[in-house]
Amino acid sequence: MRWINRQPGTALRAALVATPFLLLFLAYWIGSEIRLAANPSDRLLPAPGTIAATAERLFTEPDRRSGQILLWHDTLASLLRLTAGVAIAAAVATVAGLAIGLLPHVRAALAGLVAVVSMIPPLAVLPILFIVFGLGELSKVVLIVIGILPFLIRDLSQRVLEIPRETIVKAETLGASSGVIALRVALPQLLPRLIQAVRLSLGPAWLFLIASEAISADQGLGYRIFLVRRFLAMDVILTYVIWITLLAFLMDLALRWLSRRLFPWAEAGL
Amino acid sequence: MSFVRAEGIFQSYGRRPILERVDVSVKEGEFISIVGASGCGKSTFLRLLLAQERPTRGEIRIAGAPPATEPGLDRGVVFQRYSVFPHLTVRENIVAGESFRTRWGRFGGAARRAALARADETLARIGLDHVAHQYPATLSGGMQQRLAIGQALAARPRILLLDEPFGALDPGTRLTMHDFLSELRTETGMTVFMVTHDLAEGFKLGDRVLVFDKPRWDPTDPDAYGATITYDFDARNGGIPFQTPEETLHALRTPGPDPVA
Repeated sequence: MRWINRQPGTALRAALVATPFLLLFLAYWIGSEIRLAANPSDRLLPAPGTIAATAERLFTEPDRRSGQILLWHDTLASLLRLTAGVAIAAAVATVAGLAIGLLPHVRAALAGLVAVVSMIPPLAVLPILFIVFGLGELSKVVLIVIGILPFLIRDLSQRVLEIPRETIVKAETLGASSGVIALRVALPQLLPRLIQAVRLSLGPAWLFLIASEAISADQGLGYRIFLVRRFLAMDVILTYVIWITLLAFLMDLALRWLSRRLFPWAEAGL
Repeated sequence: MSFVRAEGIFQSYGRRPILERVDVSVKEGEFISIVGASGCGKSTFLRLLLAQERPTRGEIRIAGAPPATEPGLDRGVVFQRYSVFPHLTVRENIVAGESFRTRWGRFGGAARRAALARADETLARIGLDHVAHQYPATLSGGMQQRLAIGQALAARPRILLLDEPFGALDPGTRLTMHDFLSELRTETGMTVFMVTHDLAEGFKLGDRVLVFDKPRWDPTDPDAYGATITYDFDARNGGIPFQTPEETLHALRTPGPDPVA
């Protein structure tokens, strides 16, 4: 039998899924052991046990100075920035995508602009954002919006254009106006694709969030990581990195669940 | 007398002529089958009837109204695919036939209840009442096309345009759909234009069969000339109207049903 036709069984599949994670963990553990054997006070690769202890401390013990559990505080601050940025970008992209996809005049006016603007590296304009919007929350949210908006607009307008012309013409023969076609035909078919596009843009959104927090913030996950970097506190950094990964993974999972829940008709297509 | 009238239709894309000198007039309630080889402009002609495109020259009028500039309520359409809304349930798809013309595209309150009741009636008539709450994607191809036809008729158009409506169906389903369409047509007396590549289907369902072909052909430049209507068959009575003697008709009329009707 050819290899392209061989399927792993349930047990083997589970083992194959787990193997790379285990190998990664094992490699880290061995590396850590080697370094700690040479120098017990080595900080670069803390032992897994140390990281677990640090994680427990970070998640449960309040900060001595402020009396707050900093990790939860940072998480809340970062998630607020992230969701605000992503929500604004998604809303703007939905409206713009519908307009560009449905209205030839808007398409002629905006498609070129979006194509050019999407080539600007968002981090290159971060200094401008800090100058214009100050160092507060606004500039961080705006960076996320600027970072993912061009991609979202291009993707969503493309999805609107992919709606079969037949469907649009059919709506026209039922007497639908442009507005009704946008609201009742195009928008509902766009929403599952919006969730799909948001899932894809969550990665960049995290990138821009952490970048802006690293440069200027007084709280947030990215801020904390870059703060403790000065003390070479690898156990804290690794805890935060794992935590961020988990958050991003859960968000992705939640969006996928939401899409399946809200748009059962689209399930076959996604 | 003529209900739909196409006069001096020329259609070209760029410098390439597709249709030339198309003149046809159709009586109200006629079923017109349009056949022809691929690339002979039959779908183009249907798009012109639909007003999805406007002819380079000439005009099409329905019931003497000025030529339409875009598809509207007076023209119903069913395409080979994508003729129903995938995000609406079967029942909502039928309601859409009535509600999309309103300002917000939906009914509220009593109007909605009335529309839902009418939709249920329609669904019972087209045999889809048992799947009223499912989404079109869960339906078979034949059921989707039945839904598309029901939805188009719910909007009460003046003419119904079918663009190879049964082209994607298997032969058995196609036969059932023929019966379904014939029945529906007897009920509504709708004027129908149907593009098909199946000659037998065209003659079976149509009162008239229009054949599109290129009367002029330049072998060194096949795109030099457009297509036009080369034959206009009377397809009633199996396409042999002149071979039925009066006496037979008379004899048949007394005991049984009228064979012409």
